[in-house]
Amino acid sequence: MSGMIINGKTGDWEVICGLEIHCQIISKSKMFSGGSTHYGSDANENVSFVDAGMPGMLPTLNEQCVRQAIKTGLGLNAKINKYSEFARKNYFYADLPQGYQISQFKYPIVGEGSVSIDLADGTTKEIGIERLHIEQDAGKSIHDISPTKSFIDLNRAGVGLMEIVTKPDFRSPEEAGAFLRKLRSIVRYLGTCDGNMDEGSMRCDVNVSVRKVGEDGYRTRNEMKNVNSVKFVMQAIENEARRHVETYENGGTIEQETRQFDPSTGTSRVMRKKEFAHDYRYFPEPDLLPLVLSDELLAEVKADMVELPDAKKARFVKDLGLTDYDAMVLCENRETAEWFEKAAKGHDAKKVANWMMGDFFAMLNEKKIGLEESPITPENLGKLVDLITSNVINGKTAKDVFVLMAETGDAPDKIVEEKGLKQVTDTGAIEAVIDTVLANNPDNVAAYKAGKVALMGWFVGQVMKESKGKANPAMVNQLLAKKLA
Amino acid sequence: MKDSIMTELTKLTICEAKNGLKNKDFTAVELTEAYVKKMDECRKLNAFVCEAPEQALERARVSQEKINKGEAGELEGIPLGIKDLFCTKGMATTACSNILKNFVPPYESTVTGKLLDAGANFLGKLNLDEFAMGGSNETSAFGPVVNPWSKDVPLVSGGSSGGSAAAVAADMCAGATGTDTGGSIRQPSAYCGVTGIKPTYGRCSRYGIIAFASSLDQAGPIAKDVRDCAIMLKTMAGYDKRDATSAQVEVPDFEKFLGQDIKCMKIGIPKEYRVDGLNSEVAAYWDKAAEMLKARGAEIVDVSLPHTQYALATYYIIAPAEASSNLARYDGLRFGNRVDGQHLDDMYINSRTAGFGKEVKRRIMMGTYVLSAGYYDAYYVKAQKVRRLIREDFLKAFEKCDLILTPTAPTPAFPIGDKSMQENPLTMWLNDIFTVSVSLAGLPAMSLPIGLSQSGLPLGMQLVGKAFDEASIFKAASALEKDVNFRSVK
Repeated sequence: MSGMIINGKTGDWEVICGLEIHCQIISKSKMFSGGSTHYGSDANENVSFVDAGMPGMLPTLNEQCVRQAIKTGLGLNAKINKYSEFARKNYFYADLPQGYQISQFKYPIVGEGSVSIDLADGTTKEIGIERLHIEQDAGKSIHDISPTKSFIDLNRAGVGLMEIVTKPDFRSPEEAGAFLRKLRSIVRYLGTCDGNMDEGSMRCDVNVSVRKVGEDGYRTRNEMKNVNSVKFVMQAIENEARRHVETYENGGTIEQETRQFDPSTGTSRVMRKKEFAHDYRYFPEPDLLPLVLSDELLAEVKADMVELPDAKKARFVKDLGLTDYDAMVLCENRETAEWFEKAAKGHDAKKVANWMMGDFFAMLNEKKIGLEESPITPENLGKLVDLITSNVINGKTAKDVFVLMAETGDAPDKIVEEKGLKQVTDTGAIEAVIDTVLANNPDNVAAYKAGKVALMGWFVGQVMKESKGKANPAMVNQLLAKKLA
Repeated sequence: MKDSIMTELTKLTICEAKNGLKNKDFTAVELTEAYVKKMDECRKLNAFVCEAPEQALERARVSQEKINKGEAGELEGIPLGIKDLFCTKGMATTACSNILKNFVPPYESTVTGKLLDAGANFLGKLNLDEFAMGGSNETSAFGPVVNPWSKDVPLVSGGSSGGSAAAVAADMCAGATGTDTGGSIRQPSAYCGVTGIKPTYGRCSRYGIIAFASSLDQAGPIAKDVRDCAIMLKTMAGYDKRDATSAQVEVPDFEKFLGQDIKCMKIGIPKEYRVDGLNSEVAAYWDKAAEMLKARGAEIVDVSLPHTQYALATYYIIAPAEASSNLARYDGLRFGNRVDGQHLDDMYINSRTAGFGKEVKRRIMMGTYVLSAGYYDAYYVKAQKVRRLIREDFLKAFEKCDLILTPTAPTPAFPIGDKSMQENPLTMWLNDIFTVSVSLAGLPAMSLPIGLSQSGLPLGMQLVGKAFDEASIFKAASALEKDVNFRSVK
């Protein structure tokens, strides 16, 4: 049970939440024009006549955006609708050049689906997907350059979006957070959206209501627009739910309204009351034919699907013997999982996982670099693990070798060779060291023989030190025991 | 060149002018000069809202060089008028609305682009009802077009392609482009005694044509005769990847169907079009046209289009609904006329209040209403259902016939400023009664002159074909044209 319960004065309250997520589609050109989608261009640099809503200009559908939507739909285990329609959503705003947004309304391209989320207690929960539809983005209005003027940048106008609507299945901020991370992971795996909430390529509207535990049906919900980080989404849900409970318990009512979340305070304020809600006058877009997906196209997209995080995680656990937790962490993003697979190939996967989750991630953190900049290649990490499992070096030496690898980017076998770090497994050589240690410490030998067996560890340490860490620890233990017997 | 010969030149059909240019009887420059002179003489008709004589003469010189080198295009050196709804690169395009006055598009519509590529020469832009919304050309921000057939009282040209029909009728251009949403090519063609065809929806690209009602708008030619329509349409038509609703259908050489036998062709007469109060002269010409076709071996059959009575209501829901959305982009922000205001909403209201005329505002209001929450199902959804029934009516009728013959409009042209029309827009909209069903069904239809009324005004007949079967229309129309011999009447 991961639900959040708010203990009010009048009893326990349950939180109900649903999300609408806008994901910018990765494509070279916009959804209905040839305009570039390049991020970071100068203002109004990527604006075609269609994007600017010039007279007589017509939209034409970019097939790449359709493929991306289908792919995402498959990633959400959702029904792909072979028939869908575009519709116009009409409203006036300065950054909406056509005076309407081309969207989908009655017939979306993707129907119901579900996504499994991993919760902190190790359990999973299925979150229902209501639909996914495709639409064009609006431009940007910039109000803070001049006190009397607003500036409009239409670079974003017309960029393809997928709007993903969940069912009201979230019962806590944590669940919503887990879902957003999972969704981000899925779209990144698929390469359909870069999932960067801070750049606005993934934006979230949050719907929240509360109800008494045991109560049926839903109470009035409020929508908070454009909450732009996982942390803020969680904060918005918690604070909004508490506001609802407080309002109800003070005898008030919640009116349906659209609210604006303020990240600086973590609270929201009214943006639009219900009576001022837009009437968008949706109707089928007459400039575009209904979208009918052919079996060939669907087959092509299916064939192009990659293994998704859940499937990968299951395989890592089953075939590679990883723990659930390790598999989950390694699978959260595709690059990490693929890096791990490369490193683990032909080596002890569990040990590779341990090294990655331990020293390797610590090294990246310390250097403040990403996986792709790592001086250690996956092949070299695999080799390092191999050197350990085949007794060429021991665990302690391996740590030193790892540090050198991170410094130089060299292969571990080269480092071991050059630095002469190869583990000593020659019985005679180890015996010689033991003999020296025993000869130099007659008191301790006597003490051991008198029954102070705890000194064994000290002797092992001395031998290892004397051999500069290269002696095989298991052999040292075995030979020492024999000599001291 | 003598004045008389120059007048002669403007009387030539496109086909005749092409031959004359080819045979070096006259030059492209002389041809264009003749038309420029004619435009001067007929300026009082108010057919052109933008004249480009210098550009036209310059292009004529280029055309003549091409003709001399034997590199002439299909329409090389032919002077045309362009309805001011087609975006023309570098030439003002206004839709005859104040909101677009001074708008110069930096792009060319596909249809005008094709005409230019074929060597055609644009004399200027032609008047129309504001945003093509109207049936008399009286809603134009530039004022009404005067029908060249007017006698004592100035008559309307019809609309919305009023400038196009009048300019062709007055020999101010060899041919013109028009657009038709509910009858805007056919009805003015009938009123002005010229020939115009609205091809099948999807035949011509809508790219670069200022949108009125996207699911109905279709470009077509208005010309002096059937052959010229065939010549122009061949160039104007064709699939365009920039218009998702344009059809990937082969464009035949329409000229080859002219004069072909119409023996055994079945011509349907829809009984529902015998409306109460149908002008008796119009009714008589309708019968006469059927007789002429019969005399050439065609079979006349009765057909039924049972949902005809709902067509006007359906059209006046769907067209304004789409228009209300299509015209949202005229907000004063990026192009066209802006009237400032304190806040964004004020600027929208001021710009649109000043920019749009009464009829356009009326249709935006109607369209907004029928799409509103609570009314959408009762109006828009129902209208879409009826539209489907109307389309099915035609499909059924065409199981029994190859073409449908009807009058184009219930009356000849009426006086400009007619009280009954001004006071009740419904009266005006009734002029579309024979044309809107065809538009709702997306079918091709031609209007050609059938004769003169007792008061000496031209009347038109409409031939409606199956989807993408303009060929049958051209066959029957060329036969009818021969028998009517309207050019001699004129």
